[in-house]
Amino acid sequence: MIRDSSSSAPSLGKDLLGLEPLSADQIRLVLDTAEPFKEVSERAIKKVPTLRGKTIVNLFYEASTRTRIAFEFAEKRLSADTVNIAAAGSSVEKGENLVDTARNLEAMRIDMVVIRHPASGAAAFLADRIPSNVINAGDGWHEHPTQGLLDLLTIRDKLGRIEGVRVCICGDILHSRVARSNIWGLLKLGAEVAVCGPRSLLPRGIEELGVHVFKHPEEAIEWADVLNVLRLQLERMQAGYIPSLDEYYRVYGITQKRLERAPRDVLILHPGPMNRGVEIDSMVADGPHSAILQQVTNGIAIRMAVLYLLSGGTPERANVAQAEDVPAGVRR
Amino acid sequence: MRPVLVKGGRVIDPSRQLDQAADVLIQDGRIAAVESNVTAPEGAETIDASGMVVAPGLVDVHVHLREPGKEAAETVATGARAAAAGGFTSVCAMPNTDPITDNQAAIGFIVKQASAANGARVFPYGAISIGQRGEQLAEFAKLIEAGAIAFSDDGHPVLSSHLMRTALEYAQAFGIPVADHCEEPSLAKGGAMHDGVVSTRLGLKGIPAAAEEIMVARDVILSELTGGHVHLCHISTKGSVDIIRRGKENGVNVTAEVTPHHLTLTHDKCEGYNTNAKMNPPLREEADVVALREALKDGTLDMIATDHAPHHYEAKERDFDDAPFGIVGLETALGLGVKELVNGGVLSLPELMRRMSTEPAKAFHLDAGTLEPGKPADLVIFDPGATWTVEPTEFHSKSRNTPYAGHVLAGRVERTIVGGRTVFQRDS
Repeated sequence: MIRDSSSSAPSLGKDLLGLEPLSADQIRLVLDTAEPFKEVSERAIKKVPTLRGKTIVNLFYEASTRTRIAFEFAEKRLSADTVNIAAAGSSVEKGENLVDTARNLEAMRIDMVVIRHPASGAAAFLADRIPSNVINAGDGWHEHPTQGLLDLLTIRDKLGRIEGVRVCICGDILHSRVARSNIWGLLKLGAEVAVCGPRSLLPRGIEELGVHVFKHPEEAIEWADVLNVLRLQLERMQAGYIPSLDEYYRVYGITQKRLERAPRDVLILHPGPMNRGVEIDSMVADGPHSAILQQVTNGIAIRMAVLYLLSGGTPERANVAQAEDVPAGVRR
Repeated sequence: MRPVLVKGGRVIDPSRQLDQAADVLIQDGRIAAVESNVTAPEGAETIDASGMVVAPGLVDVHVHLREPGKEAAETVATGARAAAAGGFTSVCAMPNTDPITDNQAAIGFIVKQASAANGARVFPYGAISIGQRGEQLAEFAKLIEAGAIAFSDDGHPVLSSHLMRTALEYAQAFGIPVADHCEEPSLAKGGAMHDGVVSTRLGLKGIPAAAEEIMVARDVILSELTGGHVHLCHISTKGSVDIIRRGKENGVNVTAEVTPHHLTLTHDKCEGYNTNAKMNPPLREEADVVALREALKDGTLDMIATDHAPHHYEAKERDFDDAPFGIVGLETALGLGVKELVNGGVLSLPELMRRMSTEPAKAFHLDAGTLEPGKPADLVIFDPGATWTVEPTEFHSKSRNTPYAGHVLAGRVERTIVGGRTVFQRDS
């Protein structure tokens, strides 16, 4: 899935489709490149000219607030020209539309496409058919690589390392692209990974990916340094995977009471949007060990890094470019 | 009709345990003699078959020819020609056309198109139920009169056990099989590939092996209850094989088929969201492939059938979830059988011919699958040593949806003869 990756210096290649195809070096490259970009968002004038003249299309076939806005901010802060296409609701003939969309985008000479699509593999499908850089902003249940990267960055920020850290992903793993990207990214960087949730929401063969499986959150809490709590969607109950949200909260909800039994501080992540009182208790979400808002902040830096690297940038120049882009006087 | 003498080939006729150098004489469209050193009658066309295998034409009891309804993907004529190019002389066309072959007129249409086609013989299936809706039994007797050779609601499983029981009972008066696509729909719903570690990685909804096995078990039990002949389509799992094997040990009247793709590929082929590896039942795991091969060898699985399922290019040019199930199979089946099963040490060549010709003809009571004198002269002549590369643009089928593009196969059809007439001959 990674193209043009034959050169000796680490690069991301043409597209970012998932974390599974990336090497540990490539993942570290993105995390390291994100560091200087964090600072851009802290400035009074939050803009650098890095992607001036580049055109980027944000192609969202599924509703998204957080991810779409984070990409848009990242693009704007890098001075790219952007167009948003919200194609939600066109799911009936989405396959055909995607082929036609790809051809049209190609004809318009777009530099980059950020795509969110309900079908697993949609980003790869597009990447195979157009010369532009394609960034997967979530495809079906498959991967959500920028979310995985921002979770990695947040863990590294908070704990100082990723290698050897024990991370348990809690909830609906079956339908979660966030879970898959987290599993690949964490494993490649040497973390220990576990999943915890009702067996009806764990995909078959998940153990074969190299993760532990906990049946009860109590076991996970005793084991983990980090809990990444996934959103439980109401549709799962209607589709018969669990009996009720209330029962889910009772058995699997990450609550203050459960966390009090932890032998150490447990860092809490959540990709959002949260269902307070379903998968996570407000006390926990808003508590001292929650890094949920830092994830959102890091989401912009990670996306700036990905956009920058795919457009051909190198991490060394990221530092220099930003330092010199804006006169010192206007910095906050 | 000019007599034809096929000289100097290795004649394999599993119906008579024959595997020897011999000549085959064809007169008036029928086999006249299979002997050493037959003298050509006056005016006979002589075909040099030295180095070739001469065998009963292949029989495929499971193809989708898309006509009427989806003629852009295939027609009876193009399907019959693709079959002939693959060495098949008889194919049985499934009823899920539009309109469905649940009435005499629709069956009659297939028979008429088949008679005009210049290729393999085409025999229509009738639908088990009106509209394949699984509610009301179709008129079996009338459909048989019009030309139906078996019944199936293929594409849809027969969900109602009561209807399946009734069909198995009712069909007994006519002595023809009732075929079922075994799939428990509530388990399979929304699935795009095998439920396993590859579906987990790709984030695709899985179809568990149990979806097939539950219905296989039910059908074996219903066959035992009724004594009716149930034919199980495209078996894909080890668990199904175990159930069928037990059924056969208990004398149940069950036959079963397996496709070339389930014998040769696993769910790994779906990597990269390859829609040409999307079929139903889905490609399974290595242990399943091993079990299917063993079962074909020991006869638990009676025959190979392709489930030839042509789709127009555009239909597969989409994301995996939205792409339709199915691949074409008629023109790669023999090459896969020789390469993977014969050269792979699973079956002998006579055993392969038995599973691709004699057994399916016997189970479906077709006047085929043999070179016995007096029988219709349907035969295939192929070079068992030749290797060739699958190039979909060279297919005679209208469709190109195959996962085998670029694969090197062994055993190449040189000529296919139906009723004494050559319907396919390789350009040299």
